[in-house]
Amino acid sequence: MKEKSIRTPLAKARGLGAAKSGTDHWWETRLTSIALLPLTFAGIVIVMAVVGSNHAATVQILGSPIVAIIMLLFIFATTYHMKLGAQAVIEDYIHSKPLKTALLIVNTFLCIFLWLACTFAILKLSFGV
Amino acid sequence: MAEHPARVERPLSPHLQIYRMTFTFVMSGFHRVTGIVTYGGFLLVVWWLVAAAAGPNEYAWVQWFFSTWIGRLVMFGFSWGLIHHSLGGVRHLIWDTGRGFEPHEREWLARATLIGSISLTLLAWIIGGFVMGGLR
Repeated sequence: MKEKSIRTPLAKARGLGAAKSGTDHWWETRLTSIALLPLTFAGIVIVMAVVGSNHAATVQILGSPIVAIIMLLFIFATTYHMKLGAQAVIEDYIHSKPLKTALLIVNTFLCIFLWLACTFAILKLSFGV
Repeated sequence: MAEHPARVERPLSPHLQIYRMTFTFVMSGFHRVTGIVTYGGFLLVVWWLVAAAAGPNEYAWVQWFFSTWIGRLVMFGFSWGLIHHSLGGVRHLIWDTGRGFEPHEREWLARATLIGSISLTLLAWIIGGFVMGGLR
């Protein structure tokens, strides 16, 4: 970098952090965390309601529309929030660039897979196919 | 190709190990730890749902695992981690509004998060286990 430059200090510093960007990640973490406060509470209540039941009763509870919709929202917000949170941890603590990139890819794929697996399961229970 | 100049040894900013362990410091780290633990614990939720969708035989494995003491211990840890991380999240949302940064407020919030998470976890297990019959 030359001593005399018309670039501002901000322009030089931008993108040099571990994550290369920030505000979207911060906002989406907050947004999903707000959604997860009531959804986590509901999710725990649903698990508590199901936990002593046999398979037939579990299927009936999980497949009922209100429970299924709450669970679908809970799972979407959870897996999204998981992806963002683990991403921040990987970016902060893994310093080897190839390993960091690989873990970020695995994290994203895993969270999408988990979201899809749960969503498929709940829809299958709901539609009874 | 241009030769790479020798890497300049710049001073590093102080990191975790130089700070005194304070309660708020440990609780801040614990928020991350519970986040990662809950990430792993969510795999059990996925297993539970997929097994329920797969059928009674597959679901029997889930029921067997959660009837063992190790399964219950794992679930207890997961539920505590989840509840603790949720309350820790509330703490962060309060801070996001610019409130709660005074020393006594930070101490109070950290204490409330820990006491709250332990109390709510025990309450959930008492209701789920004994009132609703989950631990039969």
